[in-house]
Amino acid sequence: MGQSWPRDRYEKMADAVAKLYVKALKDMPPDVRIALDKAVQRETVPVGKTILGTIQRNIGAADREDLLICQDTGTPVYFVQMGEYCNANPVAIERAIRQGTEEATASHPLRSSVVSPITRQNNQTNTGYRVPVIHWEFIEDRDDVEIVVVPKGSGSENMTYFRMLLPADGVKGIKRFVVESVIGSGGNPCPPVIVGVGIGGSSDLCMLLAKKAIIRPCGEANPDPEVAHLETDLLQAINASGLGPMGLGGINTALAVHVEHAATHISQNPVAVNIQCWAARRGRLIIDADDNFVLGF
Amino acid sequence: MADYHVTTPLTDDVVMSLHVGDIVTITGHIYGLRDATLIRMFDEKVDIPTDLTGAVCLHTAPGVRNEEGRYVKVSIGTTTSTRMNRFTDGLMGKGVRAITGKGGLLEDSTALLREHHAVYFGLVGGTAASETLQIEAIEEMWWPDLMPECLWKFRVRDFGPLIVGIDAYGRNLYLETKRKALDVVKHLEI
Repeated sequence: MGQSWPRDRYEKMADAVAKLYVKALKDMPPDVRIALDKAVQRETVPVGKTILGTIQRNIGAADREDLLICQDTGTPVYFVQMGEYCNANPVAIERAIRQGTEEATASHPLRSSVVSPITRQNNQTNTGYRVPVIHWEFIEDRDDVEIVVVPKGSGSENMTYFRMLLPADGVKGIKRFVVESVIGSGGNPCPPVIVGVGIGGSSDLCMLLAKKAIIRPCGEANPDPEVAHLETDLLQAINASGLGPMGLGGINTALAVHVEHAATHISQNPVAVNIQCWAARRGRLIIDADDNFVLGF
Repeated sequence: MADYHVTTPLTDDVVMSLHVGDIVTITGHIYGLRDATLIRMFDEKVDIPTDLTGAVCLHTAPGVRNEEGRYVKVSIGTTTSTRMNRFTDGLMGKGVRAITGKGGLLEDSTALLREHHAVYFGLVGGTAASETLQIEAIEEMWWPDLMPECLWKFRVRDFGPLIVGIDAYGRNLYLETKRKALDVVKHLEI
């Protein structure tokens, strides 16, 4: 075991998180750009083609003019992976993430989209009680820290679904629930979307898996071939619907379906759907044991 | 599907010439409002500080920068309209001729738009970078305590493309498309 992290590294981390948040809001991940390029080439319905072209011009405008892709700065959600040989202090990391989020909001400035659920009071910081949302994973055989930020837009987050299906409903029941949830959302989540699906676990884990599914690079298949097969089936069914870009008709309703699963109880068949809009913003910060800070997607 | 360029305030002739699927751009003024703004207007019944006759409204809460008391645009886009569906009646009563947002409005609003000769314009959700460039200035703002859900007046040039999602003849492209799509998947072997 090496030396624990010096205090100034957390200050540097807070600054890096602030940069990460703003970068995620402005710079679309390359995998999403490629998926949108393919969608516009494939689209056959004129309104759908107009919409996809507008989306591409918007990404270009954000690049050229250094603008936010979407005004919804989202709920700040972070996934942190910490290696077992990393000597950082998780409490200090949480503090740095909160500080970085607030710093970005004040200095850019960004719209604050976070309020109290009871009083609806907005502190204008994009943070609040238990927010930012931070999910932890501890990874064997690694010595770095990886922080993935997802500024989660609310048009898609409001279209979230969960059901405890019965074991007798099987995978067939899961498929029907996912497809009908996505189509029933119409244009609200800003299609073409990335559909995150959680299957199994307990109810809380199932919801978390659906959210984790949307941070996977767009269109990357689940390593388990059976799960990957399920992803392909779901994508085909969703795109066969004709709902299309912004719910106004077309063959591109979803860019990808990502499924994450976990073992579950003998009497349960839980399924969760968390939808990500086409503006699937994501940023990644890796801090290694040699104090290198790398920003990416 | 035709292309139109319109100026504000909207007249009856212009509104009645539009049909679902038409593409529109706007030059003139649009009023930004959303959840908290509409609650203040119609639930708390606070007097609206401006005239909305012939107006185009936009469901939005912009990102802004305060420069010595003046609000300057940072990022302005649109939000999901169905959340504000129940306020269509109130807006029609104030003479609004177009509601702009994303996701469309429901059956009861479709009937109200028909009755009052008004339309719903669908913006492409998430395209705030383009829209921010099309908004020339924030001319006025009321109710700063609701930040960012204040009532905003924007001056726009060639704002769009907007898709006529609901016309004044009772057609709603969002609901028609969703109904068809649900029917397709109902009959799919999955």
